[in-house]
Amino acid sequence: MWNYEKRLQYPVKITQTNPKLAKIIISQFGGPDGELAASMRYLSQRYTMPYKEVTGILTDIGTEELAHMEMICAIIYQLTKNLSPEEIERSGFAPYYVDHTLALWPQAASGAPWTATYFQSKGDPITDLHEDLAAEQKARTTYDNILRLIKDPEICDPIRFLREREIVHYQRFGESLRIVQEHLDSKNFYAINPEFE
Amino acid sequence: MSCNCHEMNRRELFEYINQISFAVDDVKLFLDTHPENQKALDYFQKYKEKRIEALKEYAEVYGPLTVDTVSENSDCWNWINEPWPWQEGGMLIYVEL
Repeated sequence: MWNYEKRLQYPVKITQTNPKLAKIIISQFGGPDGELAASMRYLSQRYTMPYKEVTGILTDIGTEELAHMEMICAIIYQLTKNLSPEEIERSGFAPYYVDHTLALWPQAASGAPWTATYFQSKGDPITDLHEDLAAEQKARTTYDNILRLIKDPEICDPIRFLREREIVHYQRFGESLRIVQEHLDSKNFYAINPEFE
Repeated sequence: MSCNCHEMNRRELFEYINQISFAVDDVKLFLDTHPENQKALDYFQKYKEKRIEALKEYAEVYGPLTVDTVSENSDCWNWINEPWPWQEGGMLIYVEL
């Protein structure tokens, strides 16, 4: 069960449209290391997680990722609001516009559609938590790459907030991995799967 | 637990809600992996209560941010009246162009 709250986790206020940057930032909506894949990864993995602390962290970080997806979508919406046909043509936004007008659709910066193959839900806590730790770092790298291409402080500010959250999530997943390892002993460390055996 | 919600204008109260909500979001994750940390538990309780109070105050004066705080004193469904958060005015921080 989820409830909606009518505010963004961190404010987004962009007053200058920039469809060129929207085409890049959309990767954090529907790209390989984006917020949609992050949320679906954690919310899929949590069902078979045998340790209550880790089930909690997957649920709560998976939920926060939905709020991050909403922030990214707000950024793209504001960067592409009320574009004229001339601006669409000039900025190279026409290939997106022809299929989606100015609506939000999850795709990578390359145009590749969002796919569940961006993440794994493997059913082994050590395997899944290593994937989760890597995912947070990949998202952090993506935000660093985006920040090198942006000068506008109105866009940089919420992107920096999202980047910082990747680091905090990485810390919490590191603690989760430690909790899982504390449940294992020398006999079963890597030899058994506590989600299955 | 009381905030000086009554003395804040709309923008201040909204920003206050964003800030205390973030405190709750962040300590919630910390508590998932440190469930017996007393300092974090006290911090969570403090900001959770401030948040509930501020959300209630905001809903009564300006309209609800959560469905649980939709006002009893309204004769219409005001959940849909105020702008959505991605829209102009939705985060109350738009500067006039």
